[in-house]
Amino acid sequence: MCGTCGCASEADIRLFAPDGPTANYPGHDHGHDHDHDHGDDAARTIPLGDKVLAKNDALARRNRDWLLARNVLAVNLMSSPGAGKTTLLERTAADLDGQIVLSVIEGDQETALDADRMRRAGCRVVQVNTGTGCHLDAAMVGRALGALDPPGGSVVVIENVGNLVCPALFDLGEAYRVVLASVTEGADKPAKYPHMFRHADIVLINKTDLLPYLDFDVGDCMAGIKQVSPGARVLPLSARSGDGSGQWYDWLRQKVPARRG
Amino acid sequence: MHELAIAESVVDTVTERLPGAKVTCVHLEIGVLSGVVPDSIRFCFDLAAEGTGLEGAQLKITEHPAHCRCRDCGTEFQPETTILLCSCGSADVAVLGGEELKILSVSVA
Repeated sequence: MCGTCGCASEADIRLFAPDGPTANYPGHDHGHDHDHDHGDDAARTIPLGDKVLAKNDALARRNRDWLLARNVLAVNLMSSPGAGKTTLLERTAADLDGQIVLSVIEGDQETALDADRMRRAGCRVVQVNTGTGCHLDAAMVGRALGALDPPGGSVVVIENVGNLVCPALFDLGEAYRVVLASVTEGADKPAKYPHMFRHADIVLINKTDLLPYLDFDVGDCMAGIKQVSPGARVLPLSARSGDGSGQWYDWLRQKVPARRG
Repeated sequence: MHELAIAESVVDTVTERLPGAKVTCVHLEIGVLSGVVPDSIRFCFDLAAEGTGLEGAQLKITEHPAHCRCRDCGTEFQPETTILLCSCGSADVAVLGGEELKILSVSVA
């Protein structure tokens, strides 16, 4: 981590398969020792007009082209921490075993705990640890895809860092954005975090097995999602019990590219 | 806080476009629907700029309001919150403005 500003420098980002060697990113040149001289009397203004995220967007396009050429479906799975992303993927891998080939890019600040879980579920998996970073970006995913080497006709789920704010801004090159809400979080999350829900293609409302113990109103939550994202499909389900997961599987199966050749 | 990553992207982009330049001012355009908070960018910018040609540069931010068109009734309107609802009750709206996140210009010494 950059000692002065607390940012996650590239040196903090680690990418690895659970049983493989850790590959560090090359360090960044974000130096902090310098002399101050702020004379700016004769300034001239240069118009730029560059999008701030142009670099990330270009790398995302490269990822998208790479996935398309390989005939691989990539899905960006986002939620707050603890909404049940990994549990959903474990169940999906088990229930669709033999129907789709699923591999996973795991994004977390630290640990390979989720990668270990997905490997035990039978998936090819690469873990990206972002250090203090709060989201995955297109550069991290590009490197992870290279390490993952997914086969044609398969599905890659990019399990983003648990966070309903920052990941919304960063295109990773995915074909679809899946947002996972859960009934323990409260029905007002779509209204509170509209940026995350606005660009969702499908919203899953997880942990419905806990509804008898909570005041969560599924109808209110669905209405809130429709307000920020009228086009999104909304599917309540329980990744723990499996209730309602059939529609999620149907959606996923529908999107899987046909094998070529 | 993604604003630090955004501030670093600003610094990287300007440094790549104008290598070696001593930048005295950066002018950003930030839409209210961009998901970026101007105050957080201000907070992060000096840290991201340290040790680069942008160190000490002034940060000027022009904020852009949201501007939408209802797909159901055709009304154009400026929503007051980030929930984009037309007065006719429809949430099916096209965003015409407010998602900007651009470096408009820089001043160099």
